[in-house]
Amino acid sequence: MAVGLKARQGFGRAVHVLVLLFFSVALGFPFYWMVITSFKQNPDLYNLKNNPFIFNMKPTLEHVTFLFRETLFLRWLGNTLFAGICVVTITLLLAVPAAYALTRITGRWGGHVGIAIFLTYLVPPTLLFIPLSRIVALLGLQDTLWSIIVVYPSFTIPFSIWLLMGFFKSIPRELEDAAMVDGLTRFQAFLKLVIPISVSGILTVVIFTFTLVTQEFVYALTFISSASHQTVGVGVPIYLVRGDVYYWGSLMAACLISALPIGILYNLFLDRFIAGFTVGSVK
Amino acid sequence: MSALGRQRWLGPAMFLPAILYVVALVGVPFVLAFLYSVGDVKVGSVGYHFVGLANFKSVLQSPTFLRSLRNSFVFTIASQVLVLLGANILAMALKNVFPGRRFVRFLILLPWVAPVSIGSIGWKWILDSLYSVINWVLIRFHLVNEFSPPMYLGEPKLAMISVILVHTWHMLPFATVIILAGWTAIPKDIPEAASVDGARFFRRLFQIELPMMLPIINVAVLFGVIFTFTDMTVVYILTRGGPYDTTQVLPSQAFFTGILGSDLAEGAAISLFLVPLLVVVAWLMLRTAHKAEVT
Repeated sequence: MAVGLKARQGFGRAVHVLVLLFFSVALGFPFYWMVITSFKQNPDLYNLKNNPFIFNMKPTLEHVTFLFRETLFLRWLGNTLFAGICVVTITLLLAVPAAYALTRITGRWGGHVGIAIFLTYLVPPTLLFIPLSRIVALLGLQDTLWSIIVVYPSFTIPFSIWLLMGFFKSIPRELEDAAMVDGLTRFQAFLKLVIPISVSGILTVVIFTFTLVTQEFVYALTFISSASHQTVGVGVPIYLVRGDVYYWGSLMAACLISALPIGILYNLFLDRFIAGFTVGSVK
Repeated sequence: MSALGRQRWLGPAMFLPAILYVVALVGVPFVLAFLYSVGDVKVGSVGYHFVGLANFKSVLQSPTFLRSLRNSFVFTIASQVLVLLGANILAMALKNVFPGRRFVRFLILLPWVAPVSIGSIGWKWILDSLYSVINWVLIRFHLVNEFSPPMYLGEPKLAMISVILVHTWHMLPFATVIILAGWTAIPKDIPEAASVDGARFFRRLFQIELPMMLPIINVAVLFGVIFTFTDMTVVYILTRGGPYDTTQVLPSQAFFTGILGSDLAEGAAISLFLVPLLVVVAWLMLRTAHKAEVT
């Protein structure tokens, strides 16, 4: 009996390890592949006789230098950063006060507006991009970075309001009441009291707005037609390709460089992100 | 102005700018999409003439459209079934603490976190017609013919399977972390009490734990369906809808027709076929949220 139990436990542990191993390999393999491709010499990369999993020749930095010297990659990184900063600024300016007002000032129907905002999550770019391309043209923004700077807040604001509403709800009301008894107006209490104690919530919004900007593809592809105005997300997969020739080494290096920093940042803030999606279904 | 009067204006002054921004850039284009679909709008055209259902008629007569419509469902259902299976298994494997858990979590999260266009281009290289590493392995083990290895993105069936699997790869982490959050929220004493009673692993799983997990699994599925059904990135990067439009889905076809083909009206008509599903999902979500509020 005791032996049976032990055997079963051992079996369970083996299954556990196998499951983890399988998923880690299946999900992580493309990134391993990006690393190995980025640093391989071309004769090694394009020789079908070589074992592709290892370096058959010395690793090289030539793809990375090519990427930074000969392509628009740096420009795209800069564009993405700039657009990211602008979108984050617009989002914070509009979403923080809105989320606060909807949780604390407007009373019961603030919650209904909150749900309506939540529903705009569900309206996808692939439904709006055609009319928006006209609106962008009307505003004279086509083929500029400003087109996406103006349009992206339309999905980062709802996302941020939703996240922040959950956050503001968790702040005890008494804190603001006390401050208002002390002579602050509601708005002053918001500025001087609520914002400082909400720094971590606001930081979460900053991170997620920024990652949403880097992940977006459809709008940038639709509104921007010159390679030099693009972001990383479109520039790398579309414009690093010359004709039908793929520079796989530099292409994979570009993928790696654009994916990893976001991955690390995101991982740090994961729990808050999940909370944004599961409000209402987990207590 | 009295303090009370100021108070009354403060709320709207704080939330209206955000609401107006969203209405202008989500609400207005949403309505415009409907107007375009019953008009004759082309890129660069000035006027607007009502043409009734002409665009829908022409769309419905095109075999490519019908194929896209079918593909969209195949693509969504197949990848979501895989995601749901995988995510539940993976979340169970991750719910208990073990050494290296944080690293494994980081690793399996990458496909979701990396921009999907970038992840897809990584796969394009893995599935390359000439240098595919998968084929290298298969040839090594004599599982495929060395001189005519499968072209993953060049043959209709294989291309569809590739697109589905890459999307599964991208969405799996998202569903996993959401379901994982559900596991951590289940009251710990219930499953343990059951295990003391000697209830076996699977009985416990199916009779106690999964029913409690249902609302959160719902959330993962509903978002998964939306994100998959309305996505064109994976298809666009991997196959451009090819070969011969066999992997075209509604959003990618709307893009090719409306943006690249400059026929805004017909493109809008195609993308409007996304709406019924969106409405159903929105309704289900509200119901889930409402139930959670009541209980």
